[in-house]
Amino acid sequence: MMATDQVMALEVRDLWTGYDGGPVLEGVTFSIERGCLAGLVGPNGSGKSTLLRTVLGLQRPWRGEVLVFGARPQRRRLGYMPQTEEVDWAFPITVYEVALMGRYGLLGPLRRPGRRDRQVAWQALERVGMADRARRRLQELSGGEQRRTLLARALAQEAELLLLDEPFAGLDAPVQHDLLHLFQELAAEGKTLLVATHDLTCVATHFDHAVFLNRRVVAFGPLQEVLREDVLRQTYQRHLLLVREEGRLYADHP
Amino acid sequence: MPTILEPLWEPWTLEFMQRALLAASLAAAVAAVVGCYVVLRGMAFLGDAIPHATFSGVAAAFLLGGNLYLGGAVAALATAFLIGLLGRRGALKHDTAVGIVFVAAFALGVLLASRRRTYTVDLFSFVFGNVLAVGWSDIWLMAAVGAAVLVLLLLFWKELLIVSYDPNMASALGVPVEPVQMGLLAMVALTAVIALKAVGIVLVVALLVTPAATGQLLARSLGGMMAVAVAAGLASALLGLYLAYYADVSPSAAIVLVASALFALAFLWARLRVRAPSRQPLGRGPLP
Repeated sequence: MMATDQVMALEVRDLWTGYDGGPVLEGVTFSIERGCLAGLVGPNGSGKSTLLRTVLGLQRPWRGEVLVFGARPQRRRLGYMPQTEEVDWAFPITVYEVALMGRYGLLGPLRRPGRRDRQVAWQALERVGMADRARRRLQELSGGEQRRTLLARALAQEAELLLLDEPFAGLDAPVQHDLLHLFQELAAEGKTLLVATHDLTCVATHFDHAVFLNRRVVAFGPLQEVLREDVLRQTYQRHLLLVREEGRLYADHP
Repeated sequence: MPTILEPLWEPWTLEFMQRALLAASLAAAVAAVVGCYVVLRGMAFLGDAIPHATFSGVAAAFLLGGNLYLGGAVAALATAFLIGLLGRRGALKHDTAVGIVFVAAFALGVLLASRRRTYTVDLFSFVFGNVLAVGWSDIWLMAAVGAAVLVLLLLFWKELLIVSYDPNMASALGVPVEPVQMGLLAMVALTAVIALKAVGIVLVVALLVTPAATGQLLARSLGGMMAVAVAAGLASALLGLYLAYYADVSPSAAIVLVASALFALAFLWARLRVRAPSRQPLGRGPLP
């Protein structure tokens, strides 16, 4: 891969932000190449969600800079999948309507979704394998179907960069694996995915890149370069063992 | 020609009953639609508070000899605005803000009303509602304000939908969340004013919440929920007025109790439907 003409999909420089209680992110700096499936890894309270929210513009940075494809981020072009507990699953709305919401930011006020918007939303549902359940009500969905629906909404934004907050939480292994496979396909198609997760093993086994975060960035880059015991120790503030077994890598307590 | 259906038509041969039916239907229909957002966003307390707050404006207008509706509308909008302001950015929990502001506004109304010893059927028709005393000018006003509220709801359908469903996502997509939320509060305020004379301050919340909750039980989409809510609201107005006419009871109470009964039926139906084996089992669609 030529390094010279490579514009970073996401570049964060010296980002500080926090809440009334004090800073959560302290000078966060990292970048992610285009077409990567990147994990954002760290313990609870390390600032993963806050980082995603700041990139999205939901949280104001105290200082620092966020660049998406080399420019100031166009919020409506950033795909976002919130944590599932932040979503009102009882809302009377169908899978298709949720996907169509991805288009809302691109429409001005008073404009209704047109033919192309409906087409894009439909294609997004087909892409994540939910088109046959488009008329289902949200509350009738299984956990995996819920994640796919939220992913379709992000795809309907025609976003090149997708920010996903704990997409695997609460899914059983086969469903998690299907979703992961979908992420890998999207990355192969040129989308860039930044996935916040506390599932280190999943990242270690299936992701290309990782950002290790604990208020600051401990390390970032291709997985084989950053997945080291000293990085894990610094991120999790305790000793973790890396176990290699049949070509798969596991992180565990000693 | 007297027929067996005679009792069905009899009430509507009287002009005051015609006016009552029109007024109650208008109030119930608009409140049902706006109420869907109230129910979905969990704002039932606010739906109770804003009508109470109108009392200060109604009482002030009464003392000053102004238009009672206008007074109520100003008080309702001011209350909605103040609640929105106090609850902004989590400075105060939303329901705490509601509790503080509306009690103050209602107490102010009681204080103003207590200046007049000769109280005043007129003022109390706003507290408990007096739909049988509604005049044509009241009805025109209700129709105009109701139409304005519904047109706004249609124009900002997608904004209201996404802000109600997922405010974080709305904000990330660049939808102006706070103005939309303020607009929703203003619509609740205007709806409260419309419904005042039909059911009274104390019972407006029932027109906002009960038919919408019925809709939520029975419908699959927001549009469907609104349609069912409007149907339930209109049926409550009609049946409630029959009840009031033949049983000689308070029309506002009768309307509300019919709405409650319809909700109870919907609730039972939804329960039974869940228990019975579903015709379309979930998760059996063809796999992609």
